[in-house]
Amino acid sequence: MYATSYHRASSVEDAVKTKATHDEGKYLSGGMTLIATMKQRLAAPSDLIDLRHIPALRGIKVEGRKVTIGAATPHADVAASRELKAVCPALCQLAGHIGDPHVRHMGTIGGSIANNDPAADYPAGLLGLGATIVTDRRSLVADEFFIGLFETALEEGEMVTAVTFDAPEKAGYAKFNNPASRFAMTGVFVAKTAGGVRVAVTGAGSDGVFRQAGMEQALAGNWSADAIANVAVDASKLMSDLHANAEYRANLVKVMAKRAVVSAC
Amino acid sequence: MTKVTLTVNGRTVSGECEDRTLLVHFIREKLSLTGTHVGCDTTQCGACVVHMDGHSVKSCSILAVQASGSTITTIEGLAGQGELHPVQAAFKEHHGLQCGFCTPGMVMTAVDMINREGGSLTEEKVRAGLEGNICRCTGYHNIVKAILAADAEMAGGRQAAE
Repeated sequence: MYATSYHRASSVEDAVKTKATHDEGKYLSGGMTLIATMKQRLAAPSDLIDLRHIPALRGIKVEGRKVTIGAATPHADVAASRELKAVCPALCQLAGHIGDPHVRHMGTIGGSIANNDPAADYPAGLLGLGATIVTDRRSLVADEFFIGLFETALEEGEMVTAVTFDAPEKAGYAKFNNPASRFAMTGVFVAKTAGGVRVAVTGAGSDGVFRQAGMEQALAGNWSADAIANVAVDASKLMSDLHANAEYRANLVKVMAKRAVVSAC
Repeated sequence: MTKVTLTVNGRTVSGECEDRTLLVHFIREKLSLTGTHVGCDTTQCGACVVHMDGHSVKSCSILAVQASGSTITTIEGLAGQGELHPVQAAFKEHHGLQCGFCTPGMVMTAVDMINREGGSLTEEKVRAGLEGNICRCTGYHNIVKAILAADAEMAGGRQAAE
């Protein structure tokens, strides 16, 4: 790892101010991607601004059907939250299958979505739920937030502070995980929300997380695994790599979507 | 150089290190607690698992400065006076190790599992809980057996105490 300077932020304002004075600095949350990347010398931020000790960024709030999750809330807390389980068990299940127990004790929801790994679970969950991503300066709907491979709408120095969403009527998540990394080789989140049915796919798109319009239409008319059996999945926009080619992933999108619908509650 | 202060196995310790020093290197090299192992160094094998503020974490993927101020338990902090921790005793009893390299991480992971779900562990839960720990000798069977036996014994102990 190249040398770096560590700063522990005490508040959101403090973090943003510190970042502004360090051009080559990076926000550090759980570090489960960033530290590993730095060890491989694929990232070399001059400064790290640690967000894990900012109390305002941590915690899960459920008020009626409205859910707010602080950006520095670790996956293990989301997975184990009784309040969240009562209104949106699918997100608890999703969080409980990220990485492994040790990674879930450190990794955070804000860190995951700010990184927007094309095979991460949370982008599918939040896009599927139609969540809003709150930053230190504005609110963005998930459809505008996730832009491409490791790319989000976040501006230089902008920081995710929370995510909010209205609990869906029903939701489910199914992923076919890479047996070594536990990242999704394809993961599909389905949700029946007040604004309609949403289907979000991670791990498969060559441009990152995306919505599957054909399945959304089919499920809006008939919420069942059978409804998506005949929906065509275009393989030309899917990833091919040593784990699976695009055609294989196209089939996985359908199989995972069916499983997600069947498991939805 | 930055000063890092930790409470390790009940003792407050301080040391100077570079900001890029990993927690596992701080523990092994500054504190000379070499029970915590570096296996893969890429966050996969779990040989470096320690507890930070009561939760299992991979100390090869955390900077020592990130951990400063926290309470750490390493494998050296488990056993009582001359007596093995029930999980350590169960690994011995059920032959839950061969070469022993992964064992510190396995034991720390098992203790975390029992702390979280003690008394309700099943084979399926234990195997899922070992997702972040790799063993290349045992094939896991005896590790799973040892954890289930330790869980049953510790649950029995809790009942007897009530």
